[in-house]
Amino acid sequence: MNENEAGERQIDIMVCGAGYVGLATAVAIKQARPSLDVVLADAAPDGVWKKDGRASAIAAAACAMLQRLGVWDELEEGAQPITEMIVTDSRASDPIRPVYLTFSGEVEPGQPFAHMLMNRDLNGALRRRCDELGIEIHQGTPIAGLDRSGACAVATAKDNRRFSARLVIAADGARSRLRDWAGIRTVSWQYGQSGIVCTVAHERPHNGRAEEHFLPAGPFATLPLPGNRSSIVWTERTADAERLVNSDPFLFETELETRFGRHLGAITVESKPRAWPLGLTLARAFVTHRLALAGDAAHGIHPIAGQGLNMGFKDVAALAEVIVEADRLGLDFGQEDVLEDYQRWRRFDTVRMGATTDILNRLFSNDIAPIRLIRDIGLGIVDRMPGLKRDFIAQAAGKGGPMPRLLRGEAI
Amino acid sequence: MNATGGTTIDTAEVERFSAMAAEWWNPKGKFRPLHKFNPVRLRYIRDEVARQFGCDLNAERPFEGLRILDIGCGGGLLCEPMRWLGAEVVGADASETNIKVARIHAEQSGLDIDYRATTAEALADEGERFDVILNMEVVEHVANVDLYLRRCAEMIKPGGLMFVATINRTMKAYALAIVGAEYVLRWLPKGTHSYDKLVRPVEIHNPLSDEGLLRRDITGMFYSPLSDSWQRSRDTDVNYMVLYERPA
Repeated sequence: MNENEAGERQIDIMVCGAGYVGLATAVAIKQARPSLDVVLADAAPDGVWKKDGRASAIAAAACAMLQRLGVWDELEEGAQPITEMIVTDSRASDPIRPVYLTFSGEVEPGQPFAHMLMNRDLNGALRRRCDELGIEIHQGTPIAGLDRSGACAVATAKDNRRFSARLVIAADGARSRLRDWAGIRTVSWQYGQSGIVCTVAHERPHNGRAEEHFLPAGPFATLPLPGNRSSIVWTERTADAERLVNSDPFLFETELETRFGRHLGAITVESKPRAWPLGLTLARAFVTHRLALAGDAAHGIHPIAGQGLNMGFKDVAALAEVIVEADRLGLDFGQEDVLEDYQRWRRFDTVRMGATTDILNRLFSNDIAPIRLIRDIGLGIVDRMPGLKRDFIAQAAGKGGPMPRLLRGEAI
Repeated sequence: MNATGGTTIDTAEVERFSAMAAEWWNPKGKFRPLHKFNPVRLRYIRDEVARQFGCDLNAERPFEGLRILDIGCGGGLLCEPMRWLGAEVVGADASETNIKVARIHAEQSGLDIDYRATTAEALADEGERFDVILNMEVVEHVANVDLYLRRCAEMIKPGGLMFVATINRTMKAYALAIVGAEYVLRWLPKGTHSYDKLVRPVEIHNPLSDEGLLRRDITGMFYSPLSDSWQRSRDTDVNYMVLYERPA
């Protein structure tokens, strides 16, 4: 172990936060530059990640990256391909929901445009890969302070262990403390809406079909999981959402059924529903001297288009590529001018995606007749224009914007 | 008392040079243009050196075993990357101040680099020999370009390379590199470059080919305001780099 006179452990890169963004970043860098000393620190006690019952949609590009990072093979078996996606605009009580958009999109033949994956499976596979590559993960290690005034950044853990690193990567989520300590401010919008997330079992198979219904209170999405199960992302006004998740399970199930419908037979709620307040948060800067933000620490977006994870993976791929390229030139990757390449690469895309989903949400979360008419015509037009629809599918598959190499399935 | 006084002076001086080192290495500070310029020239140097000496760029220290001289090294903006890549690096600068600054920063980075306050002539007189000589943004500041380049050429081992980067003496260079960079954009202090001292490629070529070097490549560089970065181009009218080789 490399310690200097000040009792600081000397490493190259400190990644704070061992969610999928932090883990994937560490793996991507270490795989390309095995000589770099990469360490992960996570505030949660060991094993908490195993309790995450949520599922995420992995777009085709993110899937190509996971393949490159050496974890896809073990994940594929437990992943549910999404082979079809329909979008409707209706009231919950409408007996028939006219379908305005159908995406039976395959990005390339034989490749579905997304997979549904349990978060804990993804997290577990990336952790195994960290072990293989010799990346240490310190659980139960919240970072209590960050000093960027010296030659290196010094991160102090709550137990007073100190790490001196050339670069600290903040992947510590939407309420990133590292971001706040660095004085990076955020712009945010609160929607007054919450996303209710849960898993349901149903009698009949979903056949890999994802559905998104634009109901007046907000979008209601069902995403296929392995077996006869689906993941629900259901948006309601925050007060209603809180009331729903805290209500009697039978009442909740009844409310859910009026939205889910009975086309897949009877449904049973499998996991305890939880509500997450929705907002759009963008960091004003993604980098500063010896610090880079990634994932939700840089941008938390409304989950309407299912882009949160895929945007996070784009950060991973772009950041890792910038760091590895700089290291191959012998440049100090903790320098702000190097990190600015990452910021330039990601910020435009992030703002565009944030704005798009914000507009979509504002457009769809209401029940005003003229707006409904306009958006229905709009969706109908999108459905009939192959070019535009292809763009939608490409965007949904995470293939919009200039692509970092990992997302094209290439090595850095 | 006297001893304590002596220590105080030393500390003050170290602090002064540390502050200067911080300034040299601040990508947003006075030397911002050099930082902006660094990736494009580093990439060129790295790729050409790797090609010449068959280095594996995926290795941890691809330049291991190569001895490199950076003449006019300033604060060490090129020396440190070369050392990271594994080369044995000598950084020379006529300014004692620059050398102290570079030493302090290398120490902070944990790199051992042989910095010397000396001149190309003195190094040549000492019989120093190198695999690679980096002669970046220097020739437009020396008194006798011809003699200077001949003395540099002496120090290249057979099979070795010399990179020369400078600004061409053209009206376009006058407009962009002097009027534009010093007076309009204020990237550089006024008077950094004088038109008469700019160097045409032929003025580099004549002394070096007399010394038996072969020109392998010439490339231009231009600044792209959209991406705020420098890129290589075929236009050598303003900033350019030439690469010479001493045949084995």
